[in-house]
Amino acid sequence: MRPATAPRDDRSDTRLLAAPPRLGVGDLLELLDDDAVSAMTATVTAVDPRAPRLLTLRFDRSGAALWAALYRLGRPVQYSYLGAPLALWSVQTAFAARPWAVEMPSAGRPLSWSTLLDLRRRGVEIVALTHAAGLSSVGDPALDALLPLPERYDLPAATVAAIARTRARGGRVIAAGTTVVRALEGCLADHGALVAGQGETSLLLHAGFVPRVVEGLLTGMHDPSESHFHLLRAFASESVLLAAWRHASAAGYLQHEFGDATLLAPDLLFST
Amino acid sequence: MSSNSFIHPGMSALVTGASRGLGRALALALGSRGVRLVLVARGRVKLDAVVAEVRGHGGEAHAIVADIGDKQAIHAIAGEAAALVGPIDLLIHNASMLGPTPLRRLLDSECEDLEQVLAVNLVGPFRLSKLIASHMALRGAGVVVHISSDAAVEPYPRWGAYSVAKAGLDHLSRIWAAELAGTGVRVFSVDPGEMNTAMHAAALPEADPASLADPAEVARRITDMIDDPARAASGSRMSALDWKVQ
Repeated sequence: MRPATAPRDDRSDTRLLAAPPRLGVGDLLELLDDDAVSAMTATVTAVDPRAPRLLTLRFDRSGAALWAALYRLGRPVQYSYLGAPLALWSVQTAFAARPWAVEMPSAGRPLSWSTLLDLRRRGVEIVALTHAAGLSSVGDPALDALLPLPERYDLPAATVAAIARTRARGGRVIAAGTTVVRALEGCLADHGALVAGQGETSLLLHAGFVPRVVEGLLTGMHDPSESHFHLLRAFASESVLLAAWRHASAAGYLQHEFGDATLLAPDLLFST
Repeated sequence: MSSNSFIHPGMSALVTGASRGLGRALALALGSRGVRLVLVARGRVKLDAVVAEVRGHGGEAHAIVADIGDKQAIHAIAGEAAALVGPIDLLIHNASMLGPTPLRRLLDSECEDLEQVLAVNLVGPFRLSKLIASHMALRGAGVVVHISSDAAVEPYPRWGAYSVAKAGLDHLSRIWAAELAGTGVRVFSVDPGEMNTAMHAAALPEADPASLADPAEVARRITDMIDDPARAASGSRMSALDWKVQ
């Protein structure tokens, strides 16, 4: 479906844009290429009764043809505070593999390979998991109230083994981003233990959440007005977080997806 | 091949330049061993034929039509490949171009032609490795193979652009190996020798095909190297002609 009025603009604040047209089951979406030629279609197969903008789509192709079309027609999530469209390589971490996440897992952005290899040389194990992080917000109150949706993850056996090894020797498990927290703690909540393989979690992180396996977090710079700030309570007291924020704010650290990073590691904080 | 060989059923591999010649032979060799393949080439028709051939033998293969020399294509190739078969375990940089044929002297070469050859034979492999070897390093395992040429070593007149790119590719391979030492990722380059391929015919049309190696035999030797970390160590450069399959 071609939008009748809205010009193509991926960077306007979504809250200020007109709502898209209401769609129903059976409606056909036409995805246009750069020359405005129809390049793929998708059929609406379900509309969520809680939020009518949450649709389930069936594309007209699958496999390699679908992925090729998605890469040709898709655009990275854009941010209103940036002046130019983001290229795909600007929203990838240095260790990205499967394109499962809808939006950049920004906490991992500061991790260069020099940093990762230095950490390994100092005895820090670095292991991976894949988490299908969804959008953090879309600007539609009904839909935003449902976020985050259940997200799937893939926990490699080597990662489960490394976490067990780390805990056995009294080491800390530090998550690079809340997506990692959600995958690990969600798996633990569902299975009672970390189980290798794919799963889906609907775990909600909130101010009172007590993590059972993750003991530290690498995240962005979050101010007290953000909901994300309160998730950090799992890793530090409110007074520590506020003091850290006041320091960061005064020193000019940058917020948002391309900003600076915060490492919350309780043992480090309290032992010094 | 031993039971604990690197190549095993269910693993994933990406082969560039897979629509013909050595790339096709490597795809068939890996596909027959249960490797889940992502095959990349510029031409849809020939690439689809190789995919059908692999599937006809019971293997799994997916086609990505793309130009390795195109900067815009690389993230899509890596992302589509990982979406289709998971993180890549084996990456073979086989795609390459000669530049305009008949081959010409450097003094008669256009700068843009040299740039294009470098983009396909050297910069493209760097870009793709950056996206794929990174996740190999994170997981602690993987093999990256660069298909080189004796032109990387010998200064044959008229092979300038290709030679320079292949010499660069050999050294790129060594630097990757040095920087990834200890991560579990093995990187090496192979001179496949003179093979009976369309590329060889374009470069040296007068050569007798009977005197040239069969790409299938060269592919067999390269897969043997991939399975032999002791003899095909990270950072090494090997000759397929001299390789003895054990």
